[in-house]
Amino acid sequence: MSLQDKDRIFTNLYGYQPWNLDAAKKRGDWDKTKKLLELGPDKIIEEIKASGLRGRGGAGFPTGLKWSFMPKESKDGRPSFLVINADESEPGSCKDREIIRHDPHKLIEGALVAGFAMRARAAYIYIRGEYIREAQVLEAAVREAYDAGLIGKNACKSGYDFDVYVHRGAGAYICGEETAMIESLEGKKGQPRLKPPFPAGAGLYGCPTTVNNVESIAVAPTILRRGAGWFSSFGRDNNKGTKLFQISGHVNKPCVVEEAMSIPFSELIEKHCGGITGGKDNLLAVIPGGSSVPLVPAAQIWDAPMDFDGLRELGSGLGTAAVIVMDKSTDIVRAISRLSYFYKHESCGQCTPCREGTGWMWRVMERLRTGDADVGEIDMLWDVTKQVEGHTICALGDAAAWPIQGLIRHFRPELERRIAENVREAAE
Amino acid sequence: MPKVTVDGVELEVPAGATVLQACEMAGKEIPRFCYHERLSIAGNCRMCLVEVKPGPPKPQASCALPAAEGQEIRTDSPMVKKAREGVMEFLLINHPLDCPICDQGGECDLQDQSVAYGRGASRYDENKRAVTEKYMGPLIKTVMTRCIHCTRCVRFSEEIAGVDEIGALYRGEQMQITTYLEQAAKHELSANVIDLCPVGALTSRPYAFEARPWELKKTLSIDVSDAVGSNIRLDSRGREVLRILPRINDDVNEEWLSDKARYQVDGLTRRRLDRPWIRRDGKLVAATWEEAFAAVAKVNPGKSVAVVAGDMVDCETMFAAKALAGALGSKLLEGRQTGLDYDCSNLAAVNFNSTIAGIEEADAVLIVGSHVRWEAPLVNTRIRKAVKRGAKVFVVGAEWDATYPVTNLGTDLAVLDKLPKDVADVLKQAARPALILGGAGLGKGALGACLALAEKYKLVREGWNGFNVLHMAAARMGGLMLGYAQKGGVADLVKAKPKLLLSLGADEVDYTKFADSIVVYIGHHGDKGAHAADIILPAAAFSEKAGTYVNTEGRVQFADKAVFAPGDAREDWTILRALADALGVSVGFDSFDELRAAMIKAVPAFGSEGLADYGALPKADKAKAAGTIEAYPIKDFYLTNAIARASETMQRCSAELLHGESFAEAAE
Repeated sequence: MSLQDKDRIFTNLYGYQPWNLDAAKKRGDWDKTKKLLELGPDKIIEEIKASGLRGRGGAGFPTGLKWSFMPKESKDGRPSFLVINADESEPGSCKDREIIRHDPHKLIEGALVAGFAMRARAAYIYIRGEYIREAQVLEAAVREAYDAGLIGKNACKSGYDFDVYVHRGAGAYICGEETAMIESLEGKKGQPRLKPPFPAGAGLYGCPTTVNNVESIAVAPTILRRGAGWFSSFGRDNNKGTKLFQISGHVNKPCVVEEAMSIPFSELIEKHCGGITGGKDNLLAVIPGGSSVPLVPAAQIWDAPMDFDGLRELGSGLGTAAVIVMDKSTDIVRAISRLSYFYKHESCGQCTPCREGTGWMWRVMERLRTGDADVGEIDMLWDVTKQVEGHTICALGDAAAWPIQGLIRHFRPELERRIAENVREAAE
Repeated sequence: MPKVTVDGVELEVPAGATVLQACEMAGKEIPRFCYHERLSIAGNCRMCLVEVKPGPPKPQASCALPAAEGQEIRTDSPMVKKAREGVMEFLLINHPLDCPICDQGGECDLQDQSVAYGRGASRYDENKRAVTEKYMGPLIKTVMTRCIHCTRCVRFSEEIAGVDEIGALYRGEQMQITTYLEQAAKHELSANVIDLCPVGALTSRPYAFEARPWELKKTLSIDVSDAVGSNIRLDSRGREVLRILPRINDDVNEEWLSDKARYQVDGLTRRRLDRPWIRRDGKLVAATWEEAFAAVAKVNPGKSVAVVAGDMVDCETMFAAKALAGALGSKLLEGRQTGLDYDCSNLAAVNFNSTIAGIEEADAVLIVGSHVRWEAPLVNTRIRKAVKRGAKVFVVGAEWDATYPVTNLGTDLAVLDKLPKDVADVLKQAARPALILGGAGLGKGALGACLALAEKYKLVREGWNGFNVLHMAAARMGGLMLGYAQKGGVADLVKAKPKLLLSLGADEVDYTKFADSIVVYIGHHGDKGAHAADIILPAAAFSEKAGTYVNTEGRVQFADKAVFAPGDAREDWTILRALADALGVSVGFDSFDELRAAMIKAVPAFGSEGLADYGALPKADKAKAAGTIEAYPIKDFYLTNAIARASETMQRCSAELLHGESFAEAAE
């Protein structure tokens, strides 16, 4: 049984209604927000913890737990900040965009509730530079909320002062990494920081900071209104709630859809996307969580539950639930090679393995695409990905390595075939 | 104090130490490129990876990881070995490996560490990256293709020098280190990035292709370009000093060196006086030593002798000249060439009492008439550190760019008699208040008023002496200890109308006032002093003689001799000893050791390296300060002494960096 409309959080995902405050209020946003705040920070965090909400940005860190790392009181006068990561740049991902352009008040209300829970002075929404219309909508929505007294001084008449700032990025993928985002917000070159210290100790301007994904923040008010029990009634243990899935690629109807966690892949595709182009048997492979997770071949993915743990068992991950479907017409090596180019292009250049390794991996991938390589180079490439993975400051190195590892793990015969054919061609 | 285990050896490390420091304490070498003790931690080269338990099952950057109780650190595991090999391979894939034509060869971290930790062969078959050349000014030669992006140079410029000159452009593989808009690096400490660069990306432009490090003889010496007394190493080959590098001395220069101290070295081989000269009919004519000594003997001055010492002479030379003058019956000695006449009866009142390292601890600093950044760049970095820790700095005198925030109190010295209330409050509330009086302030007679301030604000207290005079001449404190100070300064010498004026490399004296004296110039460069001289006796530069120097904080330091003086030039003390014979008197020493022994007997503080003890500050008299400080003595940082003025590098720095002349680069 899949998710019913009454249990959907994002009721205007497709923009059939206006995004503005009036329409949002009709949909139930900003409804007695003051009462939510009256629960008190600790109760809110407890409720979020109980709901089993895991971070929707890709890593899946429990959101309530993350909020609880923030200091309960400022011992040295430093304020706390909430930074909302709307720098959605992962190839395949497009959920935050839908939230911001059609349901921005869910995000702003979430910012207030989450910010209040972690005793933050203000929220900074770092929105991807290419999201021009979305940023305009978001800025207008923030203005509406200010004008209505929902945020700003005495937000929602709760006695709590809370500001929301919208900051537009300049189009760097790496600024989606939380500490690079903080650097960028401070006006510096977007390069990830060393951890420790973690942002909860010293983040934006050296103050305690929590960085959360748009979706994680936007679902918070609804969870509080309908209760942790409702939210955790969806999905398997440790993978609770509803989730926006973004299915792109070779399906008949690509879409963004809110579904219960742990929905089987087959159901997601058949029910919402009109099936694989050319039918089930035409499926080649799926990248289930955005470009940075390893691909999963058709045979393994079909019945797999779409959640954090289920996909990890397949050697992949849920990531942002950006499901990239590839049928048998796909040049799989070229597809992964293009992703390698993306990571080479987006590496910040700060630390050695990623700066040098991404370019190397891409160049070898390009040769493997045409078969202009030795068979031994497949193992060498594997070795190079292992030299990058886990040796870098941030996770971009891992993200660059995993798609290639997935390819080699599952499509090695294809790589060898191309090399063999190329050699034959050269010999003729 | 956390206890950690490094490769099975348990040890206790100080709180706040990093894993890298813990490994070093355990005697393990950790390879690194980006990590530097005196810079912030970047953690970007990934060379220092070690295995740490508890922790994630991947290697950790030890430079950035705090050592914690119970950590089990492994530096010798297969995981660590593989991680190092991997990082090394990555660093080398886009490195040009042009070691045979690279000046860093032989002293290159990348070479050394690839031998020690690399795999020995590359698996990289693709094309290598190349980077367009950058221009970083007359001192720094760039080959940015060799850059491994450790960002040490960026961090040095931002953190130590305090200027935003060098930074990174672009990202990923395309990342490039450059000066903004490819302007020359203008800071007077800029060349330190050459030492910091672990590869051959930033090398020394004047020294390009001169020598390999293993060809060079290394001599420990002391810098004479300012009064800081930076510890340096002279690298020489044959009879020429090819380069000057800083030595580590945390009390003085840490491990930095000003550009002038480093690059005036080519001045040591230019405009040198390599034979005696005698003025005949208004013209200087080359002569032999015999003729020169005969000419001096002919003056037959009797008691009518005066000695004026230059800014770069060593204490032994000054003592020998003092002995000669004394034997002739004169006590007319002066070292303050430009006519300063501050009271030197108590040397504590003209000393940098906080010490150069100590000024870092100050929490309020009042600078009176000193352009610290030019007069002593390495003292300025110390004040900058104090400011970073929260110190407030006030300046009396014309404004100059300090690289840290200062409050300017105007140019009028009268402000010293009644400081504005907010300034007075800061000084009163400070735990370690300090005052720095510079040459411009001394020149306006502000010493008395500053001593009065020292009493009023209790600059001297338990464990702290905040009264400082910042000198500009390497010879100053040594000269003052040897009595090179008349009550009225050089004016007293002029008044005495000496028949014979011995000039020890004094190039800043107004010789027109000594028109009736026979000026004997004992020095090494054909500079202002030599032009005014009647007899020139060619002597040795600081690199060509052993000597004792006392820096502005009263620190006695010894320098060694690196090379021989050129041509007929001789070490100064031997000239003075021979002059004693020519003038028919005895100075009481026949060797350098005897000279030094006599000097130490006269002034025991010269006997050992370290801070001389000058006792307590004198009581302040009721002096009032008057006058305004509109300018500072140093008009051109790069051309302050005879060696620097002879140096082509320094001339070019002056023209390009201070006077905005542009030098077209020849196409390479």
